[in-house]
Amino acid sequence: MAKTGEKSGGSGKKGLKRKAAPEEPQEAAVVEDGTTESGVQPPKAAAFPPGFSISEIKNKQRRHLMFTRWKQQQRKEKLAAKKKLKKEREALGDKAPPKPIPKTIDNQRVFDETIVDPNDEEVAYDEATDEFASYFNRQTSPKILITTSDRPHGRTVRLCEQLSTVIPNSHVYYRRGLALKKIIPQCISRDFTDLIVINEDRKTPNGLILSHLPNGPTAHFKMSSVRLRKEIKRRGKDPTEHIPEIILNNFTTRLGHSVGRMFASLFPHNPQFIGRQVATFHNQRDYIFFRFHRYIFKSEKKVGIQELGPRFTLKLRSLQKGTFDSKYGEYEWVHKPREMDTSRRKFHL
Amino acid sequence: MAATAARWNHVWVGTDTGILKGVNLQRKQAANFMASGQPRREEAVSALCWSAGGETQILVGCADGTVKHFSTEEGRFQGQRHCPGGEGTFRGLAQVDGTLITCVDSGILRVWQDNDKEASPDPLLELRVGPGVCRMRQDPARPNIVATGGKENALKVWDLQGSEEPVFRAKNVRNDWLDLRVPIWDQDIQFLPESQKLVTCTGYHQVRVYDPASPQRRPVLEATYGEYPLTAMTLTPGGNSVIVGNTHGQLAEIDLRQGRDNWEDEPQEPQEPKKIPSEDTETDELWASLEAAAKRKFLTSSDLEQTQDALQTRRRKRKRPGSTNS
Repeated sequence: MAKTGEKSGGSGKKGLKRKAAPEEPQEAAVVEDGTTESGVQPPKAAAFPPGFSISEIKNKQRRHLMFTRWKQQQRKEKLAAKKKLKKEREALGDKAPPKPIPKTIDNQRVFDETIVDPNDEEVAYDEATDEFASYFNRQTSPKILITTSDRPHGRTVRLCEQLSTVIPNSHVYYRRGLALKKIIPQCISRDFTDLIVINEDRKTPNGLILSHLPNGPTAHFKMSSVRLRKEIKRRGKDPTEHIPEIILNNFTTRLGHSVGRMFASLFPHNPQFIGRQVATFHNQRDYIFFRFHRYIFKSEKKVGIQELGPRFTLKLRSLQKGTFDSKYGEYEWVHKPREMDTSRRKFHL
Repeated sequence: MAATAARWNHVWVGTDTGILKGVNLQRKQAANFMASGQPRREEAVSALCWSAGGETQILVGCADGTVKHFSTEEGRFQGQRHCPGGEGTFRGLAQVDGTLITCVDSGILRVWQDNDKEASPDPLLELRVGPGVCRMRQDPARPNIVATGGKENALKVWDLQGSEEPVFRAKNVRNDWLDLRVPIWDQDIQFLPESQKLVTCTGYHQVRVYDPASPQRRPVLEATYGEYPLTAMTLTPGGNSVIVGNTHGQLAEIDLRQGRDNWEDEPQEPQEPKKIPSEDTETDELWASLEAAAKRKFLTSSDLEQTQDALQTRRRKRKRPGSTNS
């Protein structure tokens, strides 16, 4: 009854608890060191038998109370430990050991043999003579055809239009139910270098097929998180006709190199820096994030960016040698979920 | 260094840049061998085969029409021969009695004299096997018998010492249930040991067994696997089953007695079971495709036993009733 004087509900409950606690284990009156509950209680509260855990209490309310008390105890101890560590660091000053780096999934990435060594001559030769070599040698300049799957809805059409403003020298054509295998020879004869097909499902774009035209590789991506221009907050004005710069981030493996080169070959080789526009393909954990920004240097060290254009996320599903031929083509890489997604720390791009 | 390494390579791989790689699977290392010092796209390897007389020499067929001899004992290229004629890449190489047999895509099969001293520019024998050849294979038991097959080019077995006509010409299967002609696309051919039978795998995901000894010219057995073209096939040591691979990178073992698969790609295993023939033709993305399942062409060799023991211990998952004849 002495405890009822306290007004706060928690301690009132605690008072109840403290009165209840002595009732439970009737036998031992000695304070045990093992259990943490006894630490919180006043010294005269009864102790619990060793090996007692909160989960054995059948009453849900009491169990919950005990648990919350235990949690608060843990939190206090953790805070105390942190403070202590901080004090020690300050005391040591310069001699303090460096802060430990937190573990992230990207840090813990499993060693991949296909990660390209920058000095690798074989890969260098391969890239110097593959299908994109003519682009990288400035012999061909890109001309892109953008189309959709049959009967596209509004979002997809608008995405195509916005993409064509982002990618210079691109043309949007309405797909009138034509077979891709018939479109491709016509494109080749009209000197197109790349074909982009945006696949649509239930009125939203959800896939992207990127095919390099004269017999080049075809990549099939899953597209998600599509945001059109009007859905982007705090965006800048519409992009101008200047050729943007390209940023390709984190394409490390051999497969990543091929995909990165495919993206690079979509844009002309000579970015116009006056336009201050940049298209970024950032690969993280096998997801490729596409963003289109305009930057401005406010001072020597400060840069401001405005997001323009559409944004979307891509995930590679398959890479096929040769132009689009899903039935008889030879696949260089196919994403097989049951075999390739077994480890959370293994990535392929 | 190169000499000893050359002997302990389990798989020989030819690349699109002209490099021949010897892979040691135990140590997981690959060694590069080049005829000229630099990789060159014109020397892209299109056909590989062991030369006659044990597995000490490899014949490498390149895209520019040359056939190079590579000695695995010494680890270097020994000589080359220019084998012109016909369009397209090499689809099959063979060697018998000091002569070299080549077959190109357009269907010209030529037998060349392979002495080091004289390199006469003319072939000893020339045959036309029909356009669109995908594979030419020599019978290991009878070296002067070769088989050819391709896209819309039915399986034919030729005797090089016999007449100009094929010894066995396969007939297409009957029209399917819609009464349409079944197209032909033989991607790979193997001779079954201890019999005259041949197995082919097609681009329309069928595996067929032919028996020239029987009066039936149609396939004796037919099995299908998957829905993608089968590009590579190899025999298992028992002679009862074959392992096929398709363009999607999936492998399956097909039992020729029952006609259906025993295990397919098991998703749990971290590494695809490698077929361990001694040679392989792949593109330069060697490591990426060693990681994933093999998908290009394979040729047989006696080294198959080494890892076949590992493969045989895998339990058979499903047994299906025997396949139907065509």
